[in-house]
Amino acid sequence: MSVNIFKQEFRMHLRSVITWSVAVAALIFVYTSVFSSMAQDAALLNEAISRFPEELRMAFGMNGLDLSTVLGFYSFAFLFTQICLAIQAANYGFSLVSIEEREWTADFLLAKPVGRAQILTSKLLAALSSLTLTNIVVWISSFSFISLFRGDRAYETKPLLLLLLSIVVFQLFFLTVGLVISLLVKRIRNVTPYSMALAFGMYVLSAFGSMLGESVWEKISPFKHFDPNYIIQHTAYDLPLVMISVSAIIISLVGSYVLYIRRNIPAVV
Amino acid sequence: MSIIEASHLTKTYGKARGIIDVSFQVAEGEIFGFIGPNGAGKSTTIRLFLSLIYPTSGSATIFGKDCIKYGPELRQEIGYLPSDVFYYEGMKVIDLLTYSASFYNRDCTKRLHELAGIMELDLHRRIDDLSYGNKKKVGIVQGLLHQPKLLFLDEPTAGLDPLMQRKFFQLIRQENQRGVTVFFSSHILGEVQRLCSRVGIIKEGRIAEIADILTLQQNNYKRISVAGDNLDPAYFDMPGVSNLEHNNGTVHFFYKGDINTIMRKIGGITLSDVTIEEPTLEEIFMHYYE
Repeated sequence: MSVNIFKQEFRMHLRSVITWSVAVAALIFVYTSVFSSMAQDAALLNEAISRFPEELRMAFGMNGLDLSTVLGFYSFAFLFTQICLAIQAANYGFSLVSIEEREWTADFLLAKPVGRAQILTSKLLAALSSLTLTNIVVWISSFSFISLFRGDRAYETKPLLLLLLSIVVFQLFFLTVGLVISLLVKRIRNVTPYSMALAFGMYVLSAFGSMLGESVWEKISPFKHFDPNYIIQHTAYDLPLVMISVSAIIISLVGSYVLYIRRNIPAVV
Repeated sequence: MSIIEASHLTKTYGKARGIIDVSFQVAEGEIFGFIGPNGAGKSTTIRLFLSLIYPTSGSATIFGKDCIKYGPELRQEIGYLPSDVFYYEGMKVIDLLTYSASFYNRDCTKRLHELAGIMELDLHRRIDDLSYGNKKKVGIVQGLLHQPKLLFLDEPTAGLDPLMQRKFFQLIRQENQRGVTVFFSSHILGEVQRLCSRVGIIKEGRIAEIADILTLQQNNYKRISVAGDNLDPAYFDMPGVSNLEHNNGTVHFFYKGDINTIMRKIGGITLSDVTIEEPTLEEIFMHYYE
């Protein structure tokens, strides 16, 4: 790891980290703030939801969801937080190396006396630290906004902790998969379509995969691996599925190092 | 020991040609000019030496060490000025230069300010706001601030005004006098002629010629013009003569070969005037690209 690259990369992420963190905190705030008023009519709401077609409930992770409980309601908000975190992490993953080639700064950086593995490690750690800042903001806003709006309703801490602890693996999935894809394609001109496609694609696989019953496709989606509804209801992870995420991260990481070290940096044309 | 050595370097991009079987050596303290038109493979060669790209076959060494295996270590002593300079968004000149300096195992602060002074660079401007020429200056300072032993300059003068070009050449000469070896790529022959002692000419990815500038000019070609009444250009059409032209009673041509042969030929007719000159590098160069 080179400290100077880490610092430089971290500094470049900072503005984006602040934007995403504020957005995610606001999202959690809005969701939890409607909880107290919603909870009073939760029976009605649960009733209404149970009348939705099962496919729709599955698509929004509402199957077996009890909106009258604090965590039942929060898990609904958490799904949207996950989508935001996925887009942010995928953004960093896709741009990590590709931004240097798009802005032609690769010539600057790679002509310096550092090895490529060292560059990649520094960049990855800087991106992970940036994502962790957002992660911490999710933790703080979750705990504080829940306690602010839960009224006299109690909730168990353990399922909430499990949910929040899953974030780091979830972020790593999108960071590393984004990175390896960016190294597999020749050149990325704009990161946003890629990160949107990866984040929403995974979400869609998880949401609509369940409509088709047992589907192989949904098994590759971290939205399925870390289904908030499942974690809240079982106070546990679905470990075999979590292992799929972990394996994907390891494979993407190894693949990224191999590809980056052997990569031919395109010249200015 | 040669500072730079390319041995049978080949780089192909899929079907596209990069460079083919390029071999040459640059000795310590030399200013080596690398000339060729755009797309001939000049940048590709430099990028191979910097391990920005990897060769399809062949090898490249710097200071006697393999460029890929010892890349990071070698780059401590290499300065590189890319043909196009683009830097991180939102950075000020001083931020970029400090970041650049932070990679080297020595203190570059003093030299950084010296160079910025010579190049008249405003350190507190944002790089995004700079003109192309000023960005180029940032690139020059960035490439020199760690006092490297070897410089790769990829078309360094593009965008610099003539005054700055002169300062830049002075700077490069000073560095060279301190023992710095310079690899200078360009498609402008005049500047290569002014600065370099030896040149490599690259044509369509292959080395066409490597020679001392003086040898290139003296030993090979003479530019001969003869004037006289009723001159017949066909008279000079003989082996060694090329670019035969005729206008306003004057015949111009290049001659390569035994000088006595052409002198006897010229002596065989009545002339009103004759000039025999060294061709410019430009003219020699054009010859390689015919």
